[in-house]
Amino acid sequence: MEAAVKEYTYKDFASDQEVRWCPGCDDYVILRSMQKALPEMGVKKEDVVFISGIGCSSRFPYYMDTYGMHSIHGRAPAIATGLKLTNPDLSVWVITGDGDSMAIGGNHFIHVLRRNIDLNIVLFNNEIYGLTKGQFSPTSLVGQKTKSSPYGNTQPPFSAGELALGAHARFFGRISGNTPKEMTQIFIDAEKFKGTSLIEVLQNCPIFNDGAYSKFNDKAVREDRMLFVEHDKPMIFGKERNKGLVLNGLKLEVVTIGENGVTETDILVHDAKEQDPTLHQMLVRMEYPMVTGIIRAFDDVTLEEREDALTAQVKSDSNFKKTDDLFFSGDIYNVF
Amino acid sequence: MIATTEKKKQKVIDAVIIRFVGDSGDGMQLTGTQFSDTSAMFGNDVATFPNYPAEIRAPQGSLYGVSGFQVHIGSVEINTPGDDVDLLVAMNPAGLKTNLHALKPGHTVIVDTDSFTKKNLEKALYESNPLEDGSLENYRVIEVAMTSLTKEALKDVEGLDNKTITRSKNMFALGMVYWMYGRSREYTTEFFNKKFKKKPEVIEANTKVLNAGFYFAETLELIPNAYTIAPAKMAPGTYRIIMGNQATAWGFLAAAEKSGLELFLGSYPITPASNILHELVKHKHFGVKTLQAEDEIAGISSAIGASFAGDLAITTTSGPGLALKAEALGLAMMIELPLVIVDVQRGGPSTGLPTKTEQSDLLQAMYGRNGESPIIVIAASTPSNCFEYAYEAAKLTIEHMTPVLLLTDGYIANGSAPWKIKSVASMPEIKNNIIKEAEEDWHPYNRDKDTLARNWAVPGVPGLEHRVGGLEKDRVSGNVSYVPENHEYMTKIRAEKVKRVQNYIPDVVPEFTEEGDLLVVGWGGTYGSLHSAVKELNEEGYNNIGFAHFNYINPLPKNTSEVFSKYKKIIVCELNSGQFVKVLKINCSEFNFLQFNKIQGLPFANNELVEKFKSLV
Repeated sequence: MEAAVKEYTYKDFASDQEVRWCPGCDDYVILRSMQKALPEMGVKKEDVVFISGIGCSSRFPYYMDTYGMHSIHGRAPAIATGLKLTNPDLSVWVITGDGDSMAIGGNHFIHVLRRNIDLNIVLFNNEIYGLTKGQFSPTSLVGQKTKSSPYGNTQPPFSAGELALGAHARFFGRISGNTPKEMTQIFIDAEKFKGTSLIEVLQNCPIFNDGAYSKFNDKAVREDRMLFVEHDKPMIFGKERNKGLVLNGLKLEVVTIGENGVTETDILVHDAKEQDPTLHQMLVRMEYPMVTGIIRAFDDVTLEEREDALTAQVKSDSNFKKTDDLFFSGDIYNVF
Repeated sequence: MIATTEKKKQKVIDAVIIRFVGDSGDGMQLTGTQFSDTSAMFGNDVATFPNYPAEIRAPQGSLYGVSGFQVHIGSVEINTPGDDVDLLVAMNPAGLKTNLHALKPGHTVIVDTDSFTKKNLEKALYESNPLEDGSLENYRVIEVAMTSLTKEALKDVEGLDNKTITRSKNMFALGMVYWMYGRSREYTTEFFNKKFKKKPEVIEANTKVLNAGFYFAETLELIPNAYTIAPAKMAPGTYRIIMGNQATAWGFLAAAEKSGLELFLGSYPITPASNILHELVKHKHFGVKTLQAEDEIAGISSAIGASFAGDLAITTTSGPGLALKAEALGLAMMIELPLVIVDVQRGGPSTGLPTKTEQSDLLQAMYGRNGESPIIVIAASTPSNCFEYAYEAAKLTIEHMTPVLLLTDGYIANGSAPWKIKSVASMPEIKNNIIKEAEEDWHPYNRDKDTLARNWAVPGVPGLEHRVGGLEKDRVSGNVSYVPENHEYMTKIRAEKVKRVQNYIPDVVPEFTEEGDLLVVGWGGTYGSLHSAVKELNEEGYNNIGFAHFNYINPLPKNTSEVFSKYKKIIVCELNSGQFVKVLKINCSEFNFLQFNKIQGLPFANNELVEKFKSLV
C-alpha cells in the first residue's frame, strides 16, 4: 500500500540556506511559487529532486529542502534523464536559464524534449547572462547593449517556445515572472502532465536587463498586452475582456468584440491538447499580445513507458534470470 | 577425419599463426572466428585479432578495403595474436599486397587465383601479376581457383543466386585450412544450421563448399603436410571465447548482480568502445538500463544522474570522448558519487587513428580535469581479464565513493581469447554505502573512517533530503562553503580517499624472477606481448629478467618501490612516448627508468622487445 502523502506547507520545502539573489529579482517569486505549489502536487517531499545547471537560476536547489544537485553548465537535462530512468517514481525538476539551456546546453535541451521523459523544466528567461555579469544571451534582442555588445547585439535571438515546439515539446507553458498565482498553478499542472513539461518564466533581471518585459507585463498594461490562455476557453484578453484572436488566412489577428460584427463566438477557442502544433507555434511567436499560460499540453507516450514496456517484453521472452545463465550459455566447452 | 594414407605426413607443431585476408565483403571475420572457435572447442589456447578498415564499405578490391582476421592457436600458452604469420589466406590481390610482409619467409600463402584478374590487379596497384612474375618465390604458394571450384560445388543446389554462390567461397578456404590443421567441421556446420535456420538452401550451400574445400585440400598434392596441434594444458573448468569489450560489459553485469544494484549505461557511439553499448543493450532481462545519449557529455551526465538515484552507473568512450567528459567527471569526483568511466583507448591525438591501438590516454585519465581532482585509475591487460577489471572498477567505485576510470585499448577490446567462466558466486563481495533510513546526526558528508567514503543517500528516503553540487562544500553538511581552510581540508581529503585505496588493492607481483638485472615494466593491454617476450628470454636462459605488469595506476600498489629496488635496471614499455613512466617518476622518484616506446598504432612485436631486453643484460 502506498502511504498517504503528508500534508505539507510551503515552509516544509524551504531549506536553511540564506537566499542570495539580488533584491527585487523575480527569482524570489519563482522560488516562493514553487514552495507553494509543491504541497498541492500530491508528491512526497522525499521524492522531489531539483537538478540545475549553472547561472543565477541554478542556485535554486540550494534553497529547496528536497533532494537536489547543482551540476555543471547546461547538463541538467541529461543528469535528470538518468535520474528519472533510474527511479521513475521521483518528481524531477530541471532548473535552468536562457544561457544554460539554449547556449551551452542547447543540445541537451532539444533532446530531452524530443524524448519526452516525464520531468519538468523551469526555464528562467531574463534575456541576459546574470551570474557572469551582463553579457548578451541567446534570447537577447538584436541591438541590445550589454557588456559583450557595447555597440548593440548583432546575433538574432531564439524564442524558447519556438525552439521547444520545433524539438517536439509536448508541454509548453509560459508565465510572467510577476504573476505568482498563475505561476504556482502552472507548476502544479506541469507536474501532473505526463511527459516533459517546459515552463518558460519571463523573469526580470533588475540589475543587468531591468524592464525587459515591462512593456507588456507591468501591472498597468498587463491585461491589455498579455493573453493568458486556458484550454477549451476562447482566447480573450484586455481590461474590458473585449479583445480576442481570430485566424485570418495563415495568421492570427487581434480583433475587438463588438466591432466590425465580431462576436465572442468568432474568437478562437484554445486547444492545448491538439497534436498538430501549428497554432501553438503561432501563439508562441506573437508579440502582441504576449501569450502566457499552457500553450501546449499534448498527451503522448513517455520515454519511460516505452522503456518499461520493452524491458517487460524482453524479460518475459528471456531465459536469463541470473548472469550465470548468460555466462554459461551458448558456445562453452570444458577443460578437464 | 584425415584419411589414413595421409597420416604419415602429419607434423606435430606447438602453435600456428594464421591470417585470413580479403575484401570487406569476403567474410574474413566470420572465417577467422569459425577457425578460432573450433580450435578453442578442440582445446587449444587461442588469441585473435580482427583488423578491418575504418571505411564501412570501401570500394571492392581496393587496398584500403582489405579486411583481415589473425588467429594464433596452440598447445602451449598463447598470450597474443602473434606477429608474423605461418599461413596467409589471401582472397584477392589487395589482400595479398597489404599482408604479404607479415608472412614468414618460406611459409605458405593460399590464394584464390580467380580473383587475380587484370581489374583486381590494377586496383591493388600491381604492375604485373605476382603469381607470375616471380615475386613470391620466397614463399610456398598454393594457387586455388576457389571461385570456380565453389561454383562447381554448388551447380546442383537449387534456389541460389550468383551473389550467394560467390560469397560462400570463404568457406572453401576455411575447409582447406580445417583439413590442414586436422580440425573437425562439426562446429561450423552446426553454426550454419542455427544461423540460416530459415534458409535451408544457404545451409546446404555453405556446408557443401566447406566440405569441398576440405576434400580438395586432402587430395591436393600441393599441400605437403597436415599439422597436428594438441590441446593446450589449461586449468580445468568451463570456458568460452570472449572479446575484450564483451568481457568488460559482462564484468559490469556481474558487479551489478553481486552488489544488488541495477546497472545504468549512458553512452555515445565511438570506435572502438561502441560494442560495450551494443552488448549491454541486449541485457534488459537483467534490468540493465541504457541510454544512447545525444553526445558524450550527456552520456556521462545521465550516468551521474543515475548514480545519484542509486544505480551502478557507467559510461563508455574512447579518447576524444574522454576529453568531452572531463568536466562532468570532475563533478562526479566533487560530489563523491560512484561512477565508472571506461576508456577504450585508440590512437590519438584528436581523431587520431580510430581503429588502431595506443596507450596514450593515460595522462588524460590521470590529470585531464580542472582543479585538483584525483580519481582511481585502473587498466585491464587481456581480453578476458577485462571482465575482472570491469568488476573491480565497479567494486572500487561503490566501496570508495569516487569515480573509477577503467582503461582498456583497441587491441584487447577487439581481441578475443578463452575465458574461464567466473560464476557470480565466486566473485568478491561488494559492499555499498547506501543508507536506508535517516539516523540521528546524519550528514551527507559523513565518512567511513577507514576508506573515507561518504555515505550514499539516494532520493526517496525521508529525512535524507540534501543538496550536492560542483561548488566547494562544507566538510560535514555539504552546504556551499567558501571558507579557505575548509577548501584545503576538502581538497586533501578527496586525495587521501583515493590514496587509501592502496590498502584495498593487491601488491604487484613480478614474474619470472623476484630480483635480477632487468625488470620489464608494463601496464594495461601490452601484457601479452611483454609476458611472451620475457618468457622467451627466460626459456633461452636469461633468468635474470623479471616482469612487473601494472593494472592499478592510481593509486599504485603499495609495494611498487620495493619491487623496483630488487633490480639493477628498470625498463618501462608503453605504446606512447612515455606516460606511465612519468607517473612512476612522480611516485618512485628514487629510481632511474629506461624506456621503450612505440607510437605506430600497433602492438609491440615480439622480436623488437626481445632484442631490446637482450641488449640491456
